Amino acid sequence: MSAVAQAFSRAREENRAALVGYLPAGYPDLATSIRLIEAMVAAGVDVVEVGLPYSDPLMDGPVIAQAADRALSQGTTTDDVLEVAAASARTGAATVVMSYWNPIERFGLDRFADRLAAVGGSGVITPDLTPEEADAWQASTDARSLDRIFLVAPSSTPERIATVVSACSGFVYAASLMGVTGTRDSVSGDAEGLVARVRAETNLPVAVGLGVSHGDQAASIAGFADGVIVGSAFVRAVAQAPDNDAAVEAVGALAAELAAGVRRRSE
Amino acid sequence: MTDTVLGTAHDGHYGPYGGRFVPEALTHALDELESAFRAALDDPAFEQRLDSLQRNYTGRPSPLTEVTRFGEHCGGARILLKREDLNHTGSHKINNVLGQALLAQRMGKKRVIAETGAGQHGVATATAAALLDLECTVYMGEEDTRRQALNVARMRLLGAEVVPVTAGSQTLKDAINEAMRDWVSTVERTHYLLGTVTGPAPFPEIVRHFHSVIGTETREQVLDLVGRLPDAVAACVGGGSNAIGIFSAFLDDPTVQLRGYEAGGEGIDTGRHAARFAMGAPGVLHGARTYVMQDEWGQTVPSHSISAGLDYPGVGPEHAWLHDTKRAHYEPVSDDEAMQAFALLSRTEGIIPAIETAHALAGAMRLGRELGPDAVIVINLSGRGDKDVETAARYFGIDISDSPDVPAP
Repeated sequence: MSAVAQAFSRAREENRAALVGYLPAGYPDLATSIRLIEAMVAAGVDVVEVGLPYSDPLMDGPVIAQAADRALSQGTTTDDVLEVAAASARTGAATVVMSYWNPIERFGLDRFADRLAAVGGSGVITPDLTPEEADAWQASTDARSLDRIFLVAPSSTPERIATVVSACSGFVYAASLMGVTGTRDSVSGDAEGLVARVRAETNLPVAVGLGVSHGDQAASIAGFADGVIVGSAFVRAVAQAPDNDAAVEAVGALAAELAAGVRRRSE
Repeated sequence: MTDTVLGTAHDGHYGPYGGRFVPEALTHALDELESAFRAALDDPAFEQRLDSLQRNYTGRPSPLTEVTRFGEHCGGARILLKREDLNHTGSHKINNVLGQALLAQRMGKKRVIAETGAGQHGVATATAAALLDLECTVYMGEEDTRRQALNVARMRLLGAEVVPVTAGSQTLKDAINEAMRDWVSTVERTHYLLGTVTGPAPFPEIVRHFHSVIGTETREQVLDLVGRLPDAVAACVGGGSNAIGIFSAFLDDPTVQLRGYEAGGEGIDTGRHAARFAMGAPGVLHGARTYVMQDEWGQTVPSHSISAGLDYPGVGPEHAWLHDTKRAHYEPVSDDEAMQAFALLSRTEGIIPAIETAHALAGAMRLGRELGPDAVIVINLSGRGDKDVETAARYFGIDISDSPDVPAP
């Protein structure tokens, strides 16, 4: 069982949802991005998504896009991302990389999968790769037992959901709303229905992301999903902190609030 | 894999290129668009409506003009210009825009959004939106809003909202990112009226289809005028819509050379260019696999060109395939070469071309010298240069100030 699968199954045994936290590697700088992830895990994040900063992040709103710009302008490379993934895996948390497709294709599919597996990474989320284009990626990830995580959206038809989940492993990423990251402070009412539609097609855990920023929302999503994904809220906490130490503290505090939320399972 | 060079129906791939690399939220909209497009192709009423607009609104067919004085500078070759500059709104862009705006109407979408570089696609989209009573938002890199200020004013006069994009390099690439973000958030009531032959399937196929009228007319006009097929067909290539439009009618004619000219900027050794075939590598950008200007980590490298419309680090996937199969040949043309050709056509023929188009003119000057005086070369004159007067005046040091304090030269 992969580290991701274990994290979800442990959460299920504890009768709670798993908490999935996203931060981009190299933001605000390489060393601090590692400290931020360590703080996130110490405060209760079960699965870490290490973001690979990309020049054209068309699924991301300004919060994450600006963080990616900053990380890239400091020279963050795919090698650095793998270093952050290694540090994340050393904390004991299940670690996945979230990346747009071109950087992985450029690095080489097998080479990327090899390197990630070697540093203890557990899987990869690819927001702009559709299963139709993923034959080679399926082979590369299967050969190294890496989880392949694709997204479903409120607009996905039942047939489409069946196609996507059959290509997935680890968990299914359910985008709660039609939009980009970090632009809304609420989770749409569609999310619960979407999770139900996904469950009709698979036994994989379903985690909900987009628009989750505080503990009450986490509790409410934990009422119907197996995992709660938070990204922009963490990045915003870093962006608003006056210095790196404050950023580490703010990320830890937010993670603690969210971790309490996924254990409340309100509504 | 289907042979798209000769191709009819296909699955959105051009050899290894094309495809769909998009957030899942857009898959449904792309499927819906593809169904609407196929249904429209089978609907004689759609074809009639489009044909009527092309004749009575755009002014098609556009003429084919022989330019003998300019031809003297092209090794004496016979040069024929396909006059897309004479279309309503001043470029080929209107062909695709009218087709897609009718598709939007057919899908019941009340709003269209578009990206634009030089502003020609934005102006065409704003025009069609006014005509068909659609709400319209155009995304344009802030740098481009400065160098194409006249087109920004035109779009606003037509009732469109123009959103300057301040992210990244503030050019066409960033405008596309922003349009995609808008679309993913508003897809239920919005059609993304993409302006070139790139992006996720089915966009490259749709845009090609609506521009294929350029090639169809040209082929007939050349045969009428010259009595034989041309030796070469030349076009500038940014995303590549005008080039695909004119190439499409000649793909199966092996004696007709197809030449695409991309922006060499300040020279391809300077790094400041948009020469995707000369300096790029296969990758994925804006939903399609194609040639992309990128660094060793797969990050997009900003492009540069004096022409906003060619200033784009990707290119249509069908061009990538035509390049690899060697059916078409692509070369860079520098800013300076393009501006010389711009001036030359203006002075020898009384036709001021768009700076984008001037790249094809400069390329044809090279090609004519190579092929000699017996050659017949068709150049797609994709747009007119009114929008570029300020850039050109600055380049050539012409004073266009109307202040009485500053004497004219």
